[in-house]
Amino acid sequence: MKLRNYILRRVSLLIPVILGVLVLVFIISYVIPADPARAWAGPKARPEQIEVLRERYHLNDPVYLQIYYYLRNLVLHFDLGVSATTGRPVLTDLKAFFPATFELAFFAFVLAIVIGIPLGVVSALRRNEPTDHFSRVVALTGVSTPLFWSALLMQFLFYYKLRWLPAFGRLSVEINRYTGFVLLDSVLNWNWSAFGDAATRLILPAFTLAFYTMGYLVRITRGSMLEVLESEYVVTAKAKGLPQRVVIYRHALKNAIIPPITVLGINFGWLLGGTVLLETIFSWPGMGRYAAGSIVQVDLPAMVGFTLVAATVMILSNLVVDIFYSIIDPRVRVGGKAK
Amino acid sequence: MKLPKGFLFTSRYRILKRRLHPITKEFGLTFYVLRKSTLAVIGALLVCMFLFLAIFGSRIAPYNPYEVKIRERFIPPSKTHWFGTDKMGRDVFSRMLHGARYSIRAGLIVLVIAVPIGVLLGGIAGLFGGWRDEVIMRFTDVFLAFPSLILAMSFSAALGPSLFNAMIALSIVWWPMYTRLIRGQALSVRETDYVEAARSRGAGNWYLVRRHILPNCLSPILVTFTLDMGWIITATAALSFLGFGAQPPMPEWGRMISDGRIYMLQAWWVSVFPGLGIVMTVLGFNLLGDGIRDALDPKLRRITEVKWKQRTFS
Repeated sequence: MKLRNYILRRVSLLIPVILGVLVLVFIISYVIPADPARAWAGPKARPEQIEVLRERYHLNDPVYLQIYYYLRNLVLHFDLGVSATTGRPVLTDLKAFFPATFELAFFAFVLAIVIGIPLGVVSALRRNEPTDHFSRVVALTGVSTPLFWSALLMQFLFYYKLRWLPAFGRLSVEINRYTGFVLLDSVLNWNWSAFGDAATRLILPAFTLAFYTMGYLVRITRGSMLEVLESEYVVTAKAKGLPQRVVIYRHALKNAIIPPITVLGINFGWLLGGTVLLETIFSWPGMGRYAAGSIVQVDLPAMVGFTLVAATVMILSNLVVDIFYSIIDPRVRVGGKAK
Repeated sequence: MKLPKGFLFTSRYRILKRRLHPITKEFGLTFYVLRKSTLAVIGALLVCMFLFLAIFGSRIAPYNPYEVKIRERFIPPSKTHWFGTDKMGRDVFSRMLHGARYSIRAGLIVLVIAVPIGVLLGGIAGLFGGWRDEVIMRFTDVFLAFPSLILAMSFSAALGPSLFNAMIALSIVWWPMYTRLIRGQALSVRETDYVEAARSRGAGNWYLVRRHILPNCLSPILVTFTLDMGWIITATAALSFLGFGAQPPMPEWGRMISDGRIYMLQAWWVSVFPGLGIVMTVLGFNLLGDGIRDALDPKLRRITEVKWKQRTFS
């Protein structure tokens, strides 16, 4: 019960943030020197056409009225407006683009966890040995390399030079889309060649994104493991003669895992939003590219829609992290007061 | 603040013996511990090299970074052109030397704008609490809810794409992080006994900020500042890469990577070397930042202090 109330309270915190995000985006649109209607209509548009667009999107009204119209549509009809550049409803666009980005971010996330956390643990256990140096160098390189540059290098190496992996797009064949998640859809279609195609296309971008996140994860896991390994209960557990495996996993890792999880929670939202660079380079038909395009075109409805989704995902991932704390650590009681 | 003689290069013994201003002593100690870490020294060297290039790079560059020589396009790295030439026959090495200063300028401008805003708002929120805290933090929440790169892109599109506007956009995105940091520090310092003591002596808010809160925030700011330089250099390059920052023919590193992108297959050096430049720089700031953080860590510090006492007094 407590948990449900807590989740409700946290989700309700979304409302002011979303309101703020709305206001901010509309203010940005207001200070933009370019005339949005003119940008949408194209260079050859007649003044009447621009005027029609302006009327339709309430661009002649003051900002607060624009926000009001937008909110009214959002609350009453769950309508995010029509994208001024694609001509489709923003909701349809987002539904089409969100799964691609989510798939990419999700696999990068899993890869980063599967490689990053064990690497961090091993690094802490073999402190100042060659293994430790190796993993620290990997982590530091991951953190210091600009995403767009490593993406270009990966593409150059594995696609142009070695010809091992495809580097563009998401799927080369047409299949029935049930969920929008290509891997899932190809399985549902029982189309294994499509599955293979989608999977190989996913490898390069997902790995590039994972490399970056992994760097942080290794650093944080290592630091927090080192701290826990010095604590008295770990020393006691060792002195008791418990097997090393039990000491590491039951005693140390369980306590050391909280900081890495926090970082992951923050990062997942970032991954979803920050895939812009990767999607541009790998021609990945996702939200990041959609957002970048809408910013260039001053496509306000699309911008707002995208931002709302990104903000929601960010807040939800933080919520999941907080709930996860209480599962790992019984001292953290979600919903109750500390102490 | 008057710095004593030998402020930077002084022995630990001297630092502890002399009666210095606490802040000076703090920095002297930090520097001393920092010098003991190999990685931090490497980081510091990288940063120094980068700063040197930012200041003198344009003078030591062998070629004019803007001069177009179509006949000399795409010359691979050689003795005459260390990093090769790009699609217009411009020397990549010279362009990189010229470009170094844009990155450092971006980092400094962003931090010079973002840190004071963060300190001011975070300080107010942490020190006074109540409705001021609530308003400021909800406001920062809004900014933090955006994916930062997207927000920076929108601002820079709104202001019109140029390197300077990209910096302004990044500062708008960056201040909330400092606000959070400072607020956290202020909250923890506010509860300490010495602040309580100062309050009971009748100290005013301004006194508390000046004597207790700011000095305590200095080290976390220093660490974040150093680590953030790397971030901002990457972010500026990313904005330029996407076309929201530096415009051609400016030799900004992110822009150079993006210009060379389509010629990757015939001339990899055009994109690879500027990228390496960014990696080295960011690596330098990360190593230095980690080093400073370790040097400021009270736990590690105590060990050194004990060692020092054993050495000197036994």
